[in-house]
Amino acid sequence: MKNKVLRNMLIPGIVAVAAVIVPAILIEMNVIDGYTAQIITLGGINAIMAISVNVISGITGQLSLGQAGFQALGAYAVILLTVNCHIPLPISIILSGLIAAFFGFLIGFPTLKLEGDYLAIVTLAFGEIIRIFLVNLKDVTGGPNGKQFSTIFTTSLDHGAMISYLAIIGTLVLIIILLQNFLRSTYGRAILAVREDSIAAKSNGIGVFKYKMTGFVIASFIAGIGGALYAPFIGFIKPDLASFNNSINHLIYVVLGGMGSVTGSVVAAFVLTGLQEVLRFLKDYRLLIYPLILIFVMLFRPQGLLGMKELSFVKTWDKLMGLFKKKAAAKIEVKGEDNE
Amino acid sequence: MDTFLKQLINGLSLGSIYALIALGYTMVYGIVKLINFAHGDVMMIGAYTGYFVLKAFGATPFGLFMAFIASMVMCAILSLVIERCAYRPLRNAPRLNSLITAIAVELILQNLMRVLPFVGPNPREFPTMPSKVFTLRTAAYPEGLISISNIQLIVIIASAVLMIVLNYVINYTKTGKAMRAVSHDMGASSLMGVSVNRTIAITFVIGSVLAGAGGVLYASAYPQIDPTMGYIPGLKAFVAAVLGGIGSVPGAMIGGVMLGVIETMAKAYLSSQYADAISYSILIIILLVKPAGLLGKKTNVKV
Repeated sequence: MKNKVLRNMLIPGIVAVAAVIVPAILIEMNVIDGYTAQIITLGGINAIMAISVNVISGITGQLSLGQAGFQALGAYAVILLTVNCHIPLPISIILSGLIAAFFGFLIGFPTLKLEGDYLAIVTLAFGEIIRIFLVNLKDVTGGPNGKQFSTIFTTSLDHGAMISYLAIIGTLVLIIILLQNFLRSTYGRAILAVREDSIAAKSNGIGVFKYKMTGFVIASFIAGIGGALYAPFIGFIKPDLASFNNSINHLIYVVLGGMGSVTGSVVAAFVLTGLQEVLRFLKDYRLLIYPLILIFVMLFRPQGLLGMKELSFVKTWDKLMGLFKKKAAAKIEVKGEDNE
Repeated sequence: MDTFLKQLINGLSLGSIYALIALGYTMVYGIVKLINFAHGDVMMIGAYTGYFVLKAFGATPFGLFMAFIASMVMCAILSLVIERCAYRPLRNAPRLNSLITAIAVELILQNLMRVLPFVGPNPREFPTMPSKVFTLRTAAYPEGLISISNIQLIVIIASAVLMIVLNYVINYTKTGKAMRAVSHDMGASSLMGVSVNRTIAITFVIGSVLAGAGGVLYASAYPQIDPTMGYIPGLKAFVAAVLGGIGSVPGAMIGGVMLGVIETMAKAYLSSQYADAISYSILIIILLVKPAGLLGKKTNVKV
């Protein structure tokens, strides 16, 4: 029994550490060139945003169309905290996440009482309000021209790519691990119950509003972290970060990856980020192919790539081992027959 | 002239355009429960069609009339194609999938216009009739009680006529009856011999015809067009539809006009930069008080 627990921790742990360390070393040794590294890292940020949308839309079951607003809040907060308040970058990234979470808490109070499409439209309106404020508070945010932000991520030419990769993919892996554990806690189970049937959950003594709020605050926190990592990585942000189109992009990752499947949305975020770069040779027509692919996936695989399932490294490992054992057993059998 | 009256007329003309577009959102939502994000871009296509017709015929009243007809026909055909190819196969899929498909259709329309050689991504000036201002003078107000430009007059009259026609179609024709039946209960109405597919297609066509007209009107009032022009009025019209209670036809009309008036009043009296933020906040406040919009039906959840 103890052995199994250890094994269940060891396999994902090794995979996680490998996913962070190995490419980082390859980037540092220039085996992976700067361009590819940048795309992978951008995919990481998109994956964080996809997880954020998945937590609120897939796992809590409340469609939100304003998640990019929280990303923008995080991005502007990290710049203000680092440049104006001289707080070290790692701490201000976490603080920005908390600020976004706080705003999520404030916004969630009135809105989470609404249901379905009305909730979606109110979150959309909040995203737009955040964008309008970012455009117009010129003294603080730099207005529509945006804000420059130079940190070690962009200034260090030799190690910048490696540091960004380590920071962003490291955070992504950390978020995935924490979230998977959270989903298996009593809170996580309660949130899933609210998604499946809020009336049944309520009659079983689960405070529906409280758990919707928990999901919303967690989603805002993750979005804030995503924004706070985006700002130093790109080095330049504009109020458009909060636009509706940006929220929609994140939602697309989630729907393609499978609503409610964290690993699915992460994979979809990486694939689609890469796809947009791969299709670049089509020039302007790329913008036509991308939505066509979306429509075809929706037509032929409506539940998304993974549906509600999760990729599990432990199960994959078990299957692989099972396959080996079968082969080995088959070989022994064959040998046995030969002997006779 | 009184600033308030002037702003009221500006608001009415903007609001009636919003209402025209909002009708398309609300009718489609009422019947297939789909937020048709491509609707704003159908409006954009309408505006472009109007642009080419007006270029060909010149910016005369006859040209404008032809532009209306052409853009309505164009939008009707376009929406038929979209409905048949993108939305119909997904009618029984989860609603989020149709939503993503609608967004994909939106992207396709926008980027198609950007790629097409005779359209291109650059903004163009929409040909409009020379502006004329009519002023109503009375003895008490020698400098004019109220004045209205010819374009505002066209916008308000055209939208009023279209809405009256729509009202007639929905309430007094067989097609309208079928539409109301399908939006009430799709399964039962198909058992009663209503052709559901045809009715849904007709709903899309009517909504898009209104959007096409709205596109020409919007471009006449704000004479600059580009492939992403549908985004802002589309979003506003959607907000208007929700404000009035999505799914309700008179709600969309009231919501559209209200949103237009609120927006212009906020621009005039409060702050021009934050006008949009103010109208979104009013939307949120209204939804908090009346969660189904002004005229929306409240549905009780049954266990």
